[in-house]
Formats: sequence, structure tokens, C-alpha cells
Amino acid sequence: MKEPDFRTPTVGSATAELQARLHSIWETEPGLKGVFGTTDHKTIGIRYIVTAFIFLVLGGLEALAIRLQLAGPNLSLMTPDQYAQFFSTHGMTMIFLYALPILSGFSNYLWPLLLGGRDMAFPRLNAFSYWIYLAAGVFMYAGFLIGNGPNDGWFNYVPYAERNYNPGFNQDFYSLGMVLLGISTTVGAANFIVTAMRTRCPGMSINRVPIMIWGTLTANAANLLVVPSVSLAFFLLWMDRQFGTHFYDPVGGGQPLLWQHLFWIFGHPWVYAIVLPAMGMVSTGLPVFCRRPIVGYALVILGTISTMVLGFGVWVHHMFATGLSGLSLSFFSGASIMIVVPSAIAVFAWLATITLGRPVVTTAFLYFSSMILLFVIGGVSGFMTASVPVDWQLTDTYFVVAHIHYVLIGINVFPVLGACYYWFPKMTGRLLDERLGRWNFWITFIGFNLAFLPMHLTGLLGMPRRVYTYQPDMGWNTLNLITTIGSFVLAFGLLLFFINVAKSVKTGALAGPNPWDAPTLEWSVPSPPPPYNFAVIPTVASANPLWEDRLDEKRALSSIEQGLLLDKGKESIATMAIDAVPDMILEMPEDSVAPAITALGITASFVGMLLKAIWLGAWILVGIGALITLIGLVMWLWPRRDLREREPVERGPSGRRQVREVTA
Amino acid sequence: MSPTPLSYFTADGERAAHIVPLTWYMLIVSIAVCVVIGVMLLNGVRRARTGGGDAQTRAIPVERGTNGSHWIGIGVGVSLVPLIIALVWTMITLAAAAGPPPHPGLVLDVTAHQWWWEVQYYSDDPSQSFTTANEIHIPVGERVLVRLHGGDVIHSFWVPKLSGKTDAIPGQVNISWLQANHPGRFRGQCQEFCGLQHAYMGFEVVADTKDDFVQWRAAQLRPAPEPITPAQLRGQAIVEYRCGLCHEVRGTHAAAVAAPDLTHLMSRRTIASARLTNNPGNLLGWIQDPQGIKPGCLMPNQYLSAQQLHDIQAYLVLLR
Repeated sequence: MKEPDFRTPTVGSATAELQARLHSIWETEPGLKGVFGTTDHKTIGIRYIVTAFIFLVLGGLEALAIRLQLAGPNLSLMTPDQYAQFFSTHGMTMIFLYALPILSGFSNYLWPLLLGGRDMAFPRLNAFSYWIYLAAGVFMYAGFLIGNGPNDGWFNYVPYAERNYNPGFNQDFYSLGMVLLGISTTVGAANFIVTAMRTRCPGMSINRVPIMIWGTLTANAANLLVVPSVSLAFFLLWMDRQFGTHFYDPVGGGQPLLWQHLFWIFGHPWVYAIVLPAMGMVSTGLPVFCRRPIVGYALVILGTISTMVLGFGVWVHHMFATGLSGLSLSFFSGASIMIVVPSAIAVFAWLATITLGRPVVTTAFLYFSSMILLFVIGGVSGFMTASVPVDWQLTDTYFVVAHIHYVLIGINVFPVLGACYYWFPKMTGRLLDERLGRWNFWITFIGFNLAFLPMHLTGLLGMPRRVYTYQPDMGWNTLNLITTIGSFVLAFGLLLFFINVAKSVKTGALAGPNPWDAPTLEWSVPSPPPPYNFAVIPTVASANPLWEDRLDEKRALSSIEQGLLLDKGKESIATMAIDAVPDMILEMPEDSVAPAITALGITASFVGMLLKAIWLGAWILVGIGALITLIGLVMWLWPRRDLREREPVERGPSGRRQVREVTA
Repeated sequence: MSPTPLSYFTADGERAAHIVPLTWYMLIVSIAVCVVIGVMLLNGVRRARTGGGDAQTRAIPVERGTNGSHWIGIGVGVSLVPLIIALVWTMITLAAAAGPPPHPGLVLDVTAHQWWWEVQYYSDDPSQSFTTANEIHIPVGERVLVRLHGGDVIHSFWVPKLSGKTDAIPGQVNISWLQANHPGRFRGQCQEFCGLQHAYMGFEVVADTKDDFVQWRAAQLRPAPEPITPAQLRGQAIVEYRCGLCHEVRGTHAAAVAAPDLTHLMSRRTIASARLTNNPGNLLGWIQDPQGIKPGCLMPNQYLSAQQLHDIQAYLVLLR
């Protein structure tokens, strides 16, 4: 087989014949093989979103149970042990199984569409990342369902998590599940980074990338650096528990604070990782409803990146009360106060965009714009806890619980719901109902603030977090009752959202390719997009390719209708990292069940590691799992002629397959 | 005690008082920022076309609009002012409140256990040292150094009216300090999740006048009073062979240190780590059914007969 190593891809326009050919190349096979083998980023993205919403519902139900227990003093709906498992599982679910995966879901679905590509850089790794996420979620919930859920809070301090104080399986499920989930997050992060760097369509230089991409890219760069820290922390905990090592055991010379450092070196950047992509959603969606480009595009991106960079240097603000020296605390305090500055950039950019634009109130706009206020409330309460002496009073009270909920609901759930209203038409071809949307928004907004705004005061009046009940003479009774009522209103608001989705997915108004007249590339393709996304790879010349005609971009002339055909197989284009000059033709892998098999094998090994009977766990289950993993990896990595990765002698002059010439 | 005993809006001691104005400053700045941003947001949205959907959105033409970057410059610039004030004020307060006090009038070793507080009054003269639990007496005005030890898992020592939190971590000794401006009782609470009974791991700090404190200290140094009546004698026997497995009553055979020292139990206002007021009814209820009152706590239910309870009560009320 003598194929040339490099070829000049044909440039053309999208014909019906081309679309049919691409469709047959890119379509996922029906049946079980397609279900377990698909590598279509859109399918994987929707799976992520649906799974994450299921976890949101589970975590929400746990929250309602918690709020019933706390509705009044000295209630006994739950035992202290049940309560500990409920609040810990609630935290684990919302922070690890909902907040990041939902954003990964949107990013998975949208990235190639926003970037003008046909899939993520590593489609099989993408499928693998989802399967591991699902497995880790089921793994951790398996513990909860048999009464062995995590019971030491989501940040799981030692020595309470050690075997002497916590002899059940609770912490084994949690620690192994977190290591497992770390695999998913890490490979996902690598995939996002390479996708953003190398698979943007020609012309999409880094100053033309939608802000949504920047948010997720920044977050995933952070994940790649910090997830090893938490995986290590949980792995050492498992070693302590399973083999009696003494990493955290002071009696054996270990250090309880080691856990806190390892955890928060991960934990604080993680907070940014679960809000920056959501802020990116707002920066991308909000301007569409203000009918103008965002104010300060470059500044917002620089703000995003500097938030993340500073975010690596503030983890000790979770440890102000641990007895570290005042001098070291003061540095972390200073950094934590000054991190307000890059966040303020985004706030003023959004405010200016609304004020200088011509806003139109849609449900998505309501979610995006109200998020600005919630972001500020969550931000200033964070600013208060950044001051060491003030934090000595605030920390571990309900003030911090209010803060974390303004951050996670205000800056994650609200933008995500806005994003649902905004991108649902793209995903399904149908619009969500706006009328029901208004009810959904206002009830959610009122319920949320009713539940969590008074909670700041509960904290200032000294209520400790993580208590299963409280005494009636502490001055917290009314406030807790209000919060409980608010939480049910909030839950009802969210229920309306799910009703809206269920209703609109079948009967919503047809959307057409670009219902909001939005500027980015995903709106140039039909809704829902075909399996190959773009019939021809577009070439862009500005940050808002679909608005160019109206924005009077002098030199900008993006080419959407005409572009690279790349129809000789499952192909897409790779471009250079900075200026997006075409670099090579990507041969994308076929669908494969190998990622699912590999994930199954790894999960089986983790189940084996859970067992305390060493011979049974280690030698039988772990062995079987390792074998399955090996089979999966061999299938996955089996060299294939049609991917043309094995004929280096015939490569082009520069050593890689090249696109010689592109005319757009 | 106040209707909100754990509130830190007000302070009754020097260390907490350093923090109160800074807390108010940050709170007021925070509220002001929310109001300003809220008003700006409303002002922007006020001009919006309402009742929109996709058609209404498409109907409004897209415009480049004015640049608007100065919004960011001005906004960030204005934000910097309260931020820098907060930063400087934080450092000043941190220097003042961090401690430890140079010449403490009293040194305490507090060990946090699941789920109670062991308090040792340290003295260079061993005969002046003693141990008590869950109620810390300090003389008014004196700066008291508290050395915090972790007995098992991590706990956090907090008396909001007097002092912010410091964790008690096994394997290291952390330093906190207390000072009260006037006599009174101040509620303390464990603030780091430490297991099933974290919720009810309270204690009290009692600020006594100098004379009261001296008297109290002298009383605490004495061993337990001798039983006299037959009921008291029988009660002491039960305490020695049952309660003595975990508790200590100095001067008797009950000499274990796994649970609070009971030598002067009746001098304390509360029992069960500030869960219950200390009166005979609560005391007997607690002895008989601790698992009902604090599920998961380390004290087992006792299943005593009415006679035994009566005898125990007769003895325990002696322990003043």
C-alpha cells in the first residue's frame, strides 16, 4: 500500500453528496457495540451531562434530608452516623460527581463545535474518561447504599479517617473511589489541553478563541497539575488503612497536617476548576443576549488565567487555624485577598457588556446575569475568610457553608442552567420553553437566596458546620427553619427545570441552526449537529465569525461555507498552537469498545483493592481486573495501517505528515 | 449567657476584641460591594427588553458598541482601595492577636478527646497542678496561655467571645490564649468535625474575680470528700468499680484517665460536654442512658437499678 505521506487536502463546499459520505464515515453504529464503543464527543458530552445531573438530583435529595434534620433543634430524623454519611456524601456528590463532570460534559459537547473541529484530540481517551467517571461514581455510591458511605466530610481529615477511628469500609470506598475518579479527571484534562492547543480550525489563533474554551482550558491545566496531589493523599490513606503504614498516624511518626496540605493543594485550585469554565460559559453566552461582543475580551482571559495562577498559592487559607506560624499565614492571607482583583475584572466586564449593550431578557440571560450578583456575594464572603484573624472566627461555621454554596450554586449551577437554556437548542434541535423557564428561574433564584443568604447570619451567630443537631438556646432556630424552607423552594425550582427539559425535548419549538443569532461556530451547523460536525472545516478570521458582517470587521473574512473537505476517511485538521496555521491531517480513530473494557478492568481491580482479605482481593480480583485492563489496552493500542502511524520512512521532509497548502 | 452565646459580633476579651472591628469592616465593605454591584446590574438590566425568546433576541441587531474597557480599569482600581485597607488591617490585627502572650498569668494544657475536653492546670509545683474537664476557670484580666493537645483526632478549640479557633492536632502542640474583661460564663465549642458527637462537644470558660479564682483553685486541689452515710458508701463502691474503669475520683480507687475527672463534678454547671445542665435529674438520666442523649458517645449505658441510682446520686452530690 503506497499512499503518499502528505497530501494537499481539497478545498470545497458542503454538498449533499459530501455530507452523506461524511455521515457514513462518522456515524456511530447502532446497537450495543455503538453504545459501548462510541467516541463521538457529542454523545459522550450528553452522557456526561445526564450523569452529572443524576448526581445533582441525588446530592439534592441528600441535602433535603439534611435540611429536614436541621429544621429545628434536637430533631432525630437521622442518627449521628447517618447524618455524617449524608453530609459527606452530599459534599462528595456535588463537588466531585456533579460540579466538574457537568462542565466536562458541556465542554465535551461544545469544544469541537466551538473550535471548528470534528472531534476531541483523543476520542477514545474521551470515552475512557467518561466510563471511569461513571465507574467511580457508582463505586463511591455503592458504599453509601450499603451503609458505608464517606463519613468524614468531603475533605476527609485524618486521623478521623484512619482505621482506629473509622473501622468500617466507609473510607476505603471513598479513598479508592477518589483515586479512580482522579484517573478520569487526569486523562480528560490532558485531552482538553491538547484539543485546545492543536485542533482549532485554521485561522483561530489564540486571540480568537471563545472565552468558554479559555475557562475550561485553564481549569484543566490546573487539574493536570493538582489531581496527582489528591490521588496521592487518598492512596496514602488507603495504604495506612490497608497495610498499616503511618503516613498520617502521629503515633507512628506520621503527620496529620500532611493530609491537609496534600488535600488543599488540590482542593483550592479545584474550586477554581469548577467555576472558571462556568464563568467562561457566562462570558460566551451573556454577550449574545446583550447583542454585542464582550467588553474586554483579552482582559477577561488574562483575568481567568491569573485567577488560576494565584489560585495555586492560596491553599493554606483552609488551614488558618492549624497552628502554622503567623508569618506564613500572612502570605497566604495576602494572596487570598488579592485574588479578588482578577475576579473583579470579569465582574466589571460583564456589567459593562450588559450596560453598554442592548440586553434582551431570556431565561438564559436571567441565569447568566443573576450569576454576577451571586458571584459577588460568594466572592465577598470569600474575601472575609481570607483575612486570618477574621477567619479564626468564621472558619468551620455555617458562614463558610453559605460561602461554598454561593460559589458552587451561584457560580456553577446558575451558569450551567443558563447554558442549558442557551445550548439545549443546539443539542436537541428544540428550544426550552421560555415561559416555564421564567418560573423555573425565579423560583430557583428565590429559593436559593432564601436558603443561603440567612445562612451567613447563622454562621456569624456561631453555628458550627457538620453538626447533626443543635441546642435550642443558641439563637439559630428561626434561621435554620428559613434555610430548610428555602431549600425546598430551591428544589422545586430545579424540578421545574427538569420538567421543562422533559417537555421540550419532545415538543419544544424547532430551533434551526442559530436561534439566538450567536457569533460562534457551533451555531453555523444544523441543530442537532451531524456526527461529523462540519461538512467542511471552516477558516475563521475573527473572534465572532458569524457576526463579522455586522461588526464591521475590516479585514475579517471567515470562510464558513467553504473549507477543507477532509473526506478521505475519519479525518480532521490539526493546527499550530498559537496562530492556528494548518499543520497536519488528523486520522481519527474508529469507534472502539476498548476504552470501556479498559475501564471495566481498572474498576474490577479497584473492587479487589477494597477487600480486606488480602489474598482474595489482591490476587484474584485485582489480577482479573489487570488482565481485562491489559486486553483492553492491547485492543486500544493495536497498530493499524489505516491510521498510518507506522511508515516513518515515507514521511515528508519535516518528518511529519503535512498539509502543504491551504487556500480558504 | 447571652441569647446567642457563640456569636462573635461582640467580644468579652482582649483577643476577640482585636478582631471585632476588622470583622465589621470586612462585613460592611462586603455588603456595600454587593449593593453597589446589585445596583449597577439592575441599572444595566433596567433597559433590557423583557419577555424575550429567540425571536426577540434575533430581532435586536448586533452592534460592536463602545469599547468599555475603562469600566474594568475603574472598577478594579476602586476595588483596590478597600482591598488594600483590608490587607494592611489584617496584618496589624494578626500581629496583635496571634500571641502567645509574653507573660501569661496562667498556663493550661487542654487536651481534646472524642468528645470532651481535658483541662490541666499547670504549675511548676506539682502539688499545685490538677486536672478537670469541660469547664475552664480563668481569673479576670489575666492573659491565659492555652497549650492545645490532640488526644485522638483533630478538634478545634473555640470560645468566640474570647478567642478565635485553634485546632488541637495529635502529634503537635498548638498555642492559643484567653483573656476575659469581666466575670462571666463563655461558651466554647469544638469546631472541627471529629466524629459522631462533634455536635455536642461543648465546654464553658468561666471568668472569675481574682478571689473567686483562688478559692476555686484551692477547692479543686482537694481530694474528693469522704462518704459518710451508708448510701454514700454504697454509691462510692459503685463509682469505684464501674465508673472507675474510665473516670477518676481523686482519693478513691477510681483512678482511670480515659474520661472526664469527676473529683469535683458537682462544682461544674454542665455535664456531658455542656450538653446538659448539671442537676441530679439530668445526672442520673445521663448515667443511665448516655447513648440516648448523645448517640455514639463513648460512655456505655449503665442499666442500674433504682437503688443503685439512688446510692450513686447520694455519693456524687458530695463531689463539690
